[in-house]
Amino acid sequence: MGAGWLSRWPVIRQLKGEDGRGQAARSARTDALRPRVEGADTVARSVCPYCAVGCGQLVYVKDGRVTQIEGDPGSPISRGRLCPKGSASKQLVTHPGRQTTVLYRRPHGTEWEPLDLETAMDMIADRVVRTRRETWQQTHEGQEVRRTLGIAGLGGATLDNEENYLMKKLYTALGAIQVENQARI
Amino acid sequence: MAECHPVGYQWVMEARARGAKVFHIDPRFSRTSATVDRYLAIRAGTDIVLLGALINYVLSNGLDFREYVLAYTNAATLVNRDFRDTEDLDGLFSGFDEETGRYDPSTWAYEGDVPGEEEPVEGGERHAEAAGSDSYGARGAGASATPPSDPTLTDPRCVYQILKRHYSRYTPEMVEELCGIPPELFLELAEAVTANSGRERTTAWVYSVGWTQHSVGVQYIRAAAILQLLLGNMGRPGGGIMALRGHASIQGSTDIPTLFNLLPGYIAMPHAHRHDSLDHYLEQEGADTGWWGNRRAYVVSLLKAWWGDAATEANDYCFDYLPRLTGDHGHYATVMGQIDGTVKGYFVVGENPAVGSANGKAQRLGLANLDWLVVRDLMLVETATFWKDAPEIETGELRTEEIGTEVFFLPAASHVEKEGTFTNTQRLLQWREKALDPPGDCRSDLWFYYHLGKRIRQRLGDDDIDRPARELTWDYPEIGAQRDPDAAAVLREINGTAADGRLLASLRELKPDGSTSCGCWIYCGVYADGVNMAARRTPHTEQGPVALEWGWAWPANRRILYNRASADPQGRPWSERKKYVYWDGAKWTGPDVPDFEEDKAPDYRPPEGAKAEHALAGTDPFIMQSDGRGWLYVPSGLSDGPLPTHYEPHESPVRNALYGQQANPARRTVDRPENPYNPALSPRFPYVYTTSRLTEHHTTGAMSRPLPYLAELQPEAFCEVSREMAEELGLENGAWATIVTARTAIELRVLVTGRVRPLRLNGRTVHQVVMPYHWGYSSGGVITGDIVNDLLPIVLDPNVYIQESKAGTCDVLPGRRPRGSALLDLIERYRDG
Ligand code: SF4
Repeated sequence: MGAGWLSRWPVIRQLKGEDGRGQAARSARTDALRPRVEGADTVARSVCPYCAVGCGQLVYVKDGRVTQIEGDPGSPISRGRLCPKGSASKQLVTHPGRQTTVLYRRPHGTEWEPLDLETAMDMIADRVVRTRRETWQQTHEGQEVRRTLGIAGLGGATLDNEENYLMKKLYTALGAIQVENQARI
Repeated sequence: MAECHPVGYQWVMEARARGAKVFHIDPRFSRTSATVDRYLAIRAGTDIVLLGALINYVLSNGLDFREYVLAYTNAATLVNRDFRDTEDLDGLFSGFDEETGRYDPSTWAYEGDVPGEEEPVEGGERHAEAAGSDSYGARGAGASATPPSDPTLTDPRCVYQILKRHYSRYTPEMVEELCGIPPELFLELAEAVTANSGRERTTAWVYSVGWTQHSVGVQYIRAAAILQLLLGNMGRPGGGIMALRGHASIQGSTDIPTLFNLLPGYIAMPHAHRHDSLDHYLEQEGADTGWWGNRRAYVVSLLKAWWGDAATEANDYCFDYLPRLTGDHGHYATVMGQIDGTVKGYFVVGENPAVGSANGKAQRLGLANLDWLVVRDLMLVETATFWKDAPEIETGELRTEEIGTEVFFLPAASHVEKEGTFTNTQRLLQWREKALDPPGDCRSDLWFYYHLGKRIRQRLGDDDIDRPARELTWDYPEIGAQRDPDAAAVLREINGTAADGRLLASLRELKPDGSTSCGCWIYCGVYADGVNMAARRTPHTEQGPVALEWGWAWPANRRILYNRASADPQGRPWSERKKYVYWDGAKWTGPDVPDFEEDKAPDYRPPEGAKAEHALAGTDPFIMQSDGRGWLYVPSGLSDGPLPTHYEPHESPVRNALYGQQANPARRTVDRPENPYNPALSPRFPYVYTTSRLTEHHTTGAMSRPLPYLAELQPEAFCEVSREMAEELGLENGAWATIVTARTAIELRVLVTGRVRPLRLNGRTVHQVVMPYHWGYSSGGVITGDIVNDLLPIVLDPNVYIQESKAGTCDVLPGRRPRGSALLDLIERYRDG
């Protein structure tokens, strides 16, 4: 510990009348602190995933992990601000409760089982093809309809436009018409 | 707005700091109410009375912006002589069929518009069954471009006079009796709104699902549109009607719809009984005048985007490949299909109907009767785990071992782990850069649907049934080790290309002859000249307030829609103060992109027989309408009437004081044992409830309850009641209350405040209960709670099938709810009583 540490001790400086909210509150530890964003490897320009205001976000990444998400000061919509949800969105991405593996519940099963992603994709594709065939309607009340009422989908308001586009395109080509999302309900 | 769109609300606060007067009208007192000039508590479900009284105030005091109204609206247009108003028929319009509960809208038409024979006009029964009015998200219904009119506005059959009669009994006294707003507060509002409209000033209205989630939801918005058109507040800076939407890209999911009745760009899905060929379909879907007159180009370009070289003129551009609707295939119809066993497989993607949809029990009974279910989300939402922890397991209605549903849970990538665009509530597309790869098995939905599509296509046969999927264009570049499809390539397909592969710059380039392709005509231009316009990020400090170089708004980067109306008929600004888009002698100009052909002079008059945009005059600002006018009165397209009319909610403790007709006669009910209703005016259910959101949570809580930061800020499900109601029922702040409807009963913590006030309606007191709906039984939640939406009935607006979440009736008991089968016994007693 170097000489003069006592005179730099914040309590002493504040007792000597310096403003406790300014320089006098600083310690060697605070001087050594750096903003989390400073050492980031990359910064991605993003948009808050919650409500439709569309606040701009800057996503800071270091060593393959998100280290901070802040408001984008350039945005004419939000001018750098985020509400409690937008400010918490780093936790949305990094919190330990996030489910990161595929789970499978077999018919009548009482517990989840692990399942490999590729296997799950094949199983789902098999089911779509089978259910579509089994429930195919070429006509209905004498009219061509070319569809299945056996397969339905729900969701899209939290997804990207590109995702919704591929969903609607695929479902329609398969003849699945019961496609809905939060925008109705 | 402060509560649910907090950062957007900073602009309201700025306007207020500069002298704007702000009113907040809401059944619940929120963070918004605390920061405005005047808060008006209103009974949930009565806003059309209030808006109608404002319309009446404007009309009976001659306060409309006459020059604007005459030039830009259909006020002068004459209506069919057989039209009968709700004033004539005690709450019904002409054309109602008691037996089917549906309207035949032919008598609502403009004078001289001869209805077709089979399906009279848009808004006919089959159009209505398939929620046809949804397609008016980007256009108006079909009607004559030049109907007969009376510019003196004195003909009793002109729209202006019809409006006057229709709203003549919407008085301040009626507002007090039905809404519970005292006359002096109503007059303060009416004076402020009218004084702040006209040449020099404009007033804006902002709404959210508090206006839409009603059995008469579409007409709430129509009522605001009438008021704003009469006051000249549309298409002008500081005016408008702003829908605040609740999810990051819910606007985008309407524009590029994952909705049963729409194709991208509000193009209607074809109907089996209405559309057998492309020509026939195009004939039936709207007018030939106005910009929608170019619809062949939009539809053919979409078919070319999907089926590429396989789509030719000879095969109607594969129009036959589109599956056909035969009625309502919406969310609630789908749930009933699950319960009945017709729907076997279900994909739920970033949504949580077990908590979010009305009548949660019906939702979960549907899930429990599927063959297979795929849930994609960030967390294990209730929709994925219902088979082990749904409330019906506790009551014994469902048993885990008996549920045959096979469930796949696939974890999703978060917003920072994929690239793509969100469309915000202002129609603004913003591109997000990808920050890093998603962890573990997490993948984007783009990845999922692209790779699922590839796998399905590998399994197809060579017969006719599989042809549309086989011939679908499905080649996107794959990026990185996870083989993500290139989102920019998908956005380029949405933007559209010319025959030579050049990216189109504007929707005006779209062709009806198959030489262009475009995945969503209203988004054409988002990738103009190969530049991703949605990714533009010029800071607000380096451009003007309209900020045209931040992202890209549809259509054509126009920020205020119909902004030709910001100038007078001659093209001059209405005032220096409200100068925006104007005619400079050679072209339209201003700080925004003109929502008008740039070189169409104000004195342009269409030649006889002109089509599409050429049929509209230089003074017709509402370019997506067949007559270029703002519609005070809607002659076709709606299924519950041409004018907004007050009907009580399906479940209401109050009699409709305006008409003998209690509720919207055309509303959709689901009359099944899974969906029992509280009878109207029932003494068993004397209280009005409304549901709401909180700043710290998001919808069903799947993206907020698992986050300790947010869970700690707002930990428990609660109901907010007034001191008077608490005293009457013995409810204690912080203790429990049980809320009962015919569907179920739930328990919530009680919050007693002076913010919720009992309403005095004509000498009678009505208590309201306010319930945020963010809680559920799991979602990996740090916090859990009973599901508020389990209380709601399924009763729907007849135009768009939105459910009535915002006004219903309930009973309230002090203490916790019964457990197990005792809960069912309690509900049984209420139903029998
Ligand atoms: S930060 Fe808040 S206001 Fe902004 S988009 Fe996100 S949720 Fe909406």
